[in-house]
Amino acid sequence: MTVPFPTRKAEAYRYSNLDALKSVWADLEAPKQIVVPASEKHWHVLLPTEEPVQVRRAEIVLEADAELSIFALNTASDYGRYEIDVEVRKGANFTFDAANIGGGKATQEIVTTVRHVEPNGTSRQTVRSVLGGTATGSYLGKVAVARHAQKVDGEQSVKAMLLDRGATANCKPELEIYADDVKCAHGASVGELDPNQLFYALSRGLPPAEAKALLLEGFVLELWDDVPDEAQREALVEASRAALRSVVR
Amino acid sequence: MLQITDLHATVADKPILNGLTLTVPAGEVHAIMGPNGAGKSTLAYVLGGRPGYEVTDGSVTFMGEDLLALEPHERAAAGLFLGFQYPVEIPGVSSMQFIRESLNAQRRARGEAELSGAEFIRLARAEAAELGMDVEMLKRPVNVGFSGGEKKRMEMVQMGIMRPRFAVLDETDSGLDIDALRIVGAGINRIMRAPDRGVLLITHYQRLLDVVQPDRVHVLSAGRIVRSGGPELAHELEREGYAEVAA
Repeated sequence: MTVPFPTRKAEAYRYSNLDALKSVWADLEAPKQIVVPASEKHWHVLLPTEEPVQVRRAEIVLEADAELSIFALNTASDYGRYEIDVEVRKGANFTFDAANIGGGKATQEIVTTVRHVEPNGTSRQTVRSVLGGTATGSYLGKVAVARHAQKVDGEQSVKAMLLDRGATANCKPELEIYADDVKCAHGASVGELDPNQLFYALSRGLPPAEAKALLLEGFVLELWDDVPDEAQREALVEASRAALRSVVR
Repeated sequence: MLQITDLHATVADKPILNGLTLTVPAGEVHAIMGPNGAGKSTLAYVLGGRPGYEVTDGSVTFMGEDLLALEPHERAAAGLFLGFQYPVEIPGVSSMQFIRESLNAQRRARGEAELSGAEFIRLARAEAAELGMDVEMLKRPVNVGFSGGEKKRMEMVQMGIMRPRFAVLDETDSGLDIDALRIVGAGINRIMRAPDRGVLLITHYQRLLDVVQPDRVHVLSAGRIVRSGGPELAHELEREGYAEVAA
């Protein structure tokens, strides 16, 4: 690995657990190179593993009119990082649905750079974080639109739910737009479980942990609605459920 | 069945219930009427155990048990159902899943076997049909995008599926048109009119009481029951207003 070990001064590592990163740095795989050929339609599901530290990186190119959907679930118990760089060419369409679900002292982060380098591309990113204990969940998402990339439509929706006082969410959608005819919507919110919803569920007989988990399912599981393969979708749903149930304990 | 004795409760340190005493025997439907701000919804929430509604004195006994010592979900498992004045929307969670998980949680708590998916769907379909509701609506997220009347019907569908021993229904009639009112009223009669069940019906209006004939009517004012009587009391209230009757 010739790349120098990052410091906190680098924006993309500002909220990282550098000690955990160090523990895997020497063996870290180079970013996965993915090219989606022109007009092809691909999708990937990124399921968490059992490893306490999980760092996965990808550098992706979407050629003209290509489509790519990525569904990523981050539940690492110590440190989990998804780092994705996407180049979106003419008329290509990138969608990214991802969740951080962490409790204890977990640090989870999703760092994306979407570069619209040609006109008419679209990108849609939806990220949901559920954080308990003293966990930290971050989304750092940059959408860059090059000068000639007119008619680009980029969207970022980022929401986090904090279950405990010690939990932290960092939501940072970032736009860098050089073209003048583009649409780039972004929204970020950090909240808590709605006490009205919680009491409604309790009053129907759900014990507190089950009630919270169910409400949080409503917050997270819609991310996986468009996974084309049912088995993969179920795997994401089940892994999300298990993670939510352990976070509300 | 439900015995409320000298109940005092505050919300944000403000006294709302001030010595409320009321007994509903099994097999009876009691109506509580009263002006805005009398404490009707507070009573419902106190019985349901909503956080922020603090009981400062008095007692509530439900089927021989100290209701106030139970957590909200334990009250449900004990057979208490709270029909909400404003049923809550829960995005992303289908009504089917919500009701089924709730019902099964209650059944687990009571040591009963859980319902299978097929058993539950059969039950849900039957209850929805009784209340004139398309079962497809149960596949949608809880109350999301429902009209006021549909939300109230959904409350009754839930009550029909859960078959509580006792229902506290907080203005279940508000937001209903005449036809829906009849359907909901008939639902209350069908589900809850039984010798071993009881209902506390909180309402502003006579309309629902024409369908669900109450055994007793109580007037709540400034946090306590100021008058009780038979069904004719509701008519008197409708005619003369609370100010007259409660005076």
